[in-house]
Amino acid sequence: MMLKQVFKKPQKWSVFREMLFREIEDLGLKSMGIIMFISFFVGGVVAIQTALNIDSPFIPKYLIGFATKRGIILEFAPTFMSIILAGKVGSYITSSMGTMRVTEQIDALEVMGINSLNYLVLPKILAALFFYPLLILLSMFVGIVGGYYAGLLTDLFFSEDFIYGIQLDFDPFFIKYALTKTVVFAFVIATIPAYHGFYVKGGSLEVGRASTKAVVWTSIVIILLNYFLTQMLLG
Amino acid sequence: MIKVENLYKQFTDVPVLKGVSTIFEKGKTNMIIGQSGSGKTVFLKCLLGLHTPEKGIISFDGRIHTELGITERRQLRQEMGMVFQGGALFDSLTIEENIMFPLKMFADKPNSEMLDRVNAVLDRVHLENVNKKFPAELSGGMQKRVAIARAIVMNPKYLFCDEPNSGLDPRTATVIDNLIQEITDEYQIITVINSHDMNSVMEIGEKIIFLKDGVNAWEGTNEEIFKTENEAVVDFVYSSNLFKKVREAYLSKTK
Repeated sequence: MMLKQVFKKPQKWSVFREMLFREIEDLGLKSMGIIMFISFFVGGVVAIQTALNIDSPFIPKYLIGFATKRGIILEFAPTFMSIILAGKVGSYITSSMGTMRVTEQIDALEVMGINSLNYLVLPKILAALFFYPLLILLSMFVGIVGGYYAGLLTDLFFSEDFIYGIQLDFDPFFIKYALTKTVVFAFVIATIPAYHGFYVKGGSLEVGRASTKAVVWTSIVIILLNYFLTQMLLG
Repeated sequence: MIKVENLYKQFTDVPVLKGVSTIFEKGKTNMIIGQSGSGKTVFLKCLLGLHTPEKGIISFDGRIHTELGITERRQLRQEMGMVFQGGALFDSLTIEENIMFPLKMFADKPNSEMLDRVNAVLDRVHLENVNKKFPAELSGGMQKRVAIARAIVMNPKYLFCDEPNSGLDPRTATVIDNLIQEITDEYQIITVINSHDMNSVMEIGEKIIFLKDGVNAWEGTNEEIFKTENEAVVDFVYSSNLFKKVREAYLSKTK
């Protein structure tokens, strides 16, 4: 029912475009900093841990770069960054829409004759679908750079080995797989919190509870979908 | 004319409105009064189409609200203006953007014309130099005036106000009352106000509906409310000593 109203033609394209750019800024651009920060350090940690766990002299050191690349592209960037975004963006969506609900701003939109679900939720979904793949690509890049700098700073492996490892057996399908997952997760990140925010009843306490619930449910759905998508796409 | 016939609304088996019927006429300020929980807000939300009644008919100049499709209902809503209790101004937009919002959505006019209209309604509600401010930067009374400006910017046929004076000092409340009445007279619209403020009721209530236990227990004008012998109305309206004295003075003067 909700999605049927959301996916209707916008009532005014110029207003819709304005909202879309605003959402790209709020949901996407403003998440770049945290995504880069986490990706850089987690990429570094993955490289350090892999290096520390390779004890045998028969295992080539370039496998550190190879494992870091695989781990970041296949799992860390698409799934765990999506969970981070579910927390950051999900709580923002639920609390902003929930506040609009309890302060009657959504009623005001409805009274004006505006399809409030379409006006508020569709730009969020499109902004997430459009921008999150870019964020995840950025996360992959920064994560691998983080791994590279970890080697430089700790002397646990040589940069040349790491670069050779990340170039080894590069399969573009893995990027496609990661981006497919990202698009599905982006949809979940925009819709579940929007649902919880839009239908909240009560006051500020309920808005807070709805935010928590939205983040928990979004994370659960992402984890479950990740399992099924991995099985479907790689199995 | 808004015609309401036998309106019935319940929430999870608890009936709130039990057959309300009334008529709101053009150019009149109609007040809905009643104790908390008497169904005033539910009644107003039914009129606005935010609640769908289980039974009954609401007709806006012949258009039966409950029989309209989503698109027609949205078109009808464009003829309505609503002043919410808390203003319901969009926090993220400036005052100018708030008022211009319905115009941007529904009026195909150049930006300069829309801006002129915004300035005209701001002038109408006696607000100056607030265009670029955000709602949080204004006082409660100013926010109410912005809400009125936004409600009338599309030249509505029907104006609804939910507790327009709540939280305002008596002087500002009177300013808001006068403004609503002036706008009703000037644009010849149908105004329906949900209020607890007996000052407003006495001042601008050209038609008063008293809701009790989900039915309209009494209807009359602001003059008739002084003379009524209806116990429920007398109990509610004249519960304060001040209003009792005002009523006694009015009755002794008119005898």
